[in-house]
Amino acid sequence: MVRLIAGLVGLFFSGMLLISLVTGAYTAVTEPVPPTVESQFVKHPKKVSFAHDGPFGAYDKAQLQRGLKVYAEVCAACHSLKLVAFRNFEEIGYSEDEVKAIAKGWKTEVPTINPETGEPATRPGLPADKIPSPFANETAARAANNNALPPDLSLMTKARHNGPAYVYSLLTGYSAVPASLPKENRPGTGLHYNPYFANLNIAMAAPITGDDQVTYDDGTKATKDQMAKDVAAFLTWTAEPKMEARKTAGWAALIFLIIFTGLCYLSYRTIWADKKH
Amino acid sequence: MSFPWANEYKPQHPVMQWVDERLPLPRFVYNAIGGGYPVPRNLNYFWNFGVLSGVALMIQIITGIILAMHYYASIDGAFNSVEHIMRDVNGGWFIRYAHMNGASFFFIVVYIHIFRGLFYGSYKAPREMVWLLGVVIFLLMMATGFMGYVLPWGQMSYWGAQVITGFFSAIPVVGEPLRQWLLGGYAPDQATLNRFFSLHYLLPFVILGTIILHVWALHIPGSSNPTGVSVKSESDTVPFHPYYTAKDGFGLGLFLLAFVAVTFFSPNMLGHPDNYIPANPLSTPAHIVPEWYYLPFYAILKAFTVDFGIPFTGIVIIPAKLMGVLAMFGSILLLFFLPWLDTSPVRSGHYRPLFRKFFWFGLIPSVLALGYCGMMPAEQPYVMISQIAAAYYFAHFLIILPIVSRIEKTLPLPNSITEAVTGKPLETAAA
Repeated sequence: MVRLIAGLVGLFFSGMLLISLVTGAYTAVTEPVPPTVESQFVKHPKKVSFAHDGPFGAYDKAQLQRGLKVYAEVCAACHSLKLVAFRNFEEIGYSEDEVKAIAKGWKTEVPTINPETGEPATRPGLPADKIPSPFANETAARAANNNALPPDLSLMTKARHNGPAYVYSLLTGYSAVPASLPKENRPGTGLHYNPYFANLNIAMAAPITGDDQVTYDDGTKATKDQMAKDVAAFLTWTAEPKMEARKTAGWAALIFLIIFTGLCYLSYRTIWADKKH
Repeated sequence: MSFPWANEYKPQHPVMQWVDERLPLPRFVYNAIGGGYPVPRNLNYFWNFGVLSGVALMIQIITGIILAMHYYASIDGAFNSVEHIMRDVNGGWFIRYAHMNGASFFFIVVYIHIFRGLFYGSYKAPREMVWLLGVVIFLLMMATGFMGYVLPWGQMSYWGAQVITGFFSAIPVVGEPLRQWLLGGYAPDQATLNRFFSLHYLLPFVILGTIILHVWALHIPGSSNPTGVSVKSESDTVPFHPYYTAKDGFGLGLFLLAFVAVTFFSPNMLGHPDNYIPANPLSTPAHIVPEWYYLPFYAILKAFTVDFGIPFTGIVIIPAKLMGVLAMFGSILLLFFLPWLDTSPVRSGHYRPLFRKFFWFGLIPSVLALGYCGMMPAEQPYVMISQIAAAYYFAHFLIILPIVSRIEKTLPLPNSITEAVTGKPLETAAA
């Protein structure tokens, strides 16, 4: 009885699937789905290599500091970095005093209240503060950006496939609209063509517009490419600040486990030596 | 409960004697996973995965309890509390990545454990109860994993919860009220997050309890083995300790090596980038996909594209969506009936030439194809591939297995495990 019912259920499900298959195949032949415009024009991120790539990779602190400068002078005008605190900059090679100075000199002040009146006020940043956001809230951000919302960048390199390369490609990828692009996919008012962006039209205007847009403290020539790469590296660090500790611990754990597994194997062989199996 | 030649627990130390007389817990452990449990001597490495599943559950429980100390189940705070764990809690990044990848590794070892059971006929008499409890554990794991994925309250968390609870709305009449009851609202919200957190903390202990029953039921007939031949004499078995504790130790080392390699060097490999974007009810991700371990079932769900009804009348009896949901649950529930669908008296696939072909060239490729199609968008040719694979999946268990067990001419079985191992008949074989 079980087998009879099972057989009928099996015939029903498999049969419906095969009918679905035939219908689907018929539709696929008679009404082929044209490839989407996005699938034709969207490009995969460019190949780019960083010091922190690979199982031995570590952050290039000078590059992260340069990237911070690009973020502070270019990106921070619109994009928040809510998950990072000023104190975290000690991890990328700044001293305690330098961090205090960076926090104090940050363009946006930290929102607070006036202790006398309770009115909203601002004060200079302190190392313990999270990086203050350029806009007070989402409405303010949209109002200032043609109704587009500049996303928080703290986790951006983990929130996209191949994140660091994506950020680098997006920043360097603005290009002229291809002549073959269908009219309805062309950028409208306030939008900009970028083949590395999922729907090809991004609200952000090219932020890195020319060489020497920022002046690097370490004398590195600030080419467009260099700035894009540095800020991509910096955002990799903001998304994964514990990466170096993770890789170091990983090697220690692997070496320990290789020895552990080797010893286990030897005891397994010894214990089983007299047992054929 | 065990074989007559099982070693008896004889505590040497006076303290252990004292304890054993008052509460025979040491004796219980000794008989369960110590020298008092005789196990077939011919188990291969596929038999390591039961112990590994238990280890994976312990990793999840330990890391999970620590995470819960820092996690904050609030729609405004959950996402940031996870990032707080990643950034500001000492070693928090390790605990969180271990929990995240631990879930994947738990499913990897459990899937291997299940397919080992499928190939070697471990579900057959007298071990049906072991198998049934195993399917219950698998269902509990799926529920736990799903609810855990919702907790970080990222985009995939939110939309995954939206889609999965949406399955229930396919049920006629009561579907929509049932969905709202499960969610505690019209859409995933604070009530949903709170109850998922509560249940996500509860269910692992239910799993633990079910595992105890699973192992208890296993110890009645004892472990199966690659030949599928029942244990006949003492020379067929070895005591669990030290023989299989040593072998499981080695297996554990290999498992941890793989786990550590992924957790420390590519921790986000098995996750989805969208879950690093905070949940936004107003923005639907381009492709909503569940965690990789649900993909074959997700593909079955999506494979049903035609309503079941009376042709040319427009009367729909079962809409495609409902059928997909029924089939998805059915694809797991059918495992409950497996001991009665496969009636072949021979357990091991080694001695079943026809069964073996369907297993390796039918079941395994179709499950892998379903997993792949589950990941891809609902476009051709992925939908067609998933339809063929899903049709095979149901046919395999519900039609092919009952027929194969009837018509198959099985290969001769060895007379005993000892004979299979040593090549000598039982009587003359020593040790």
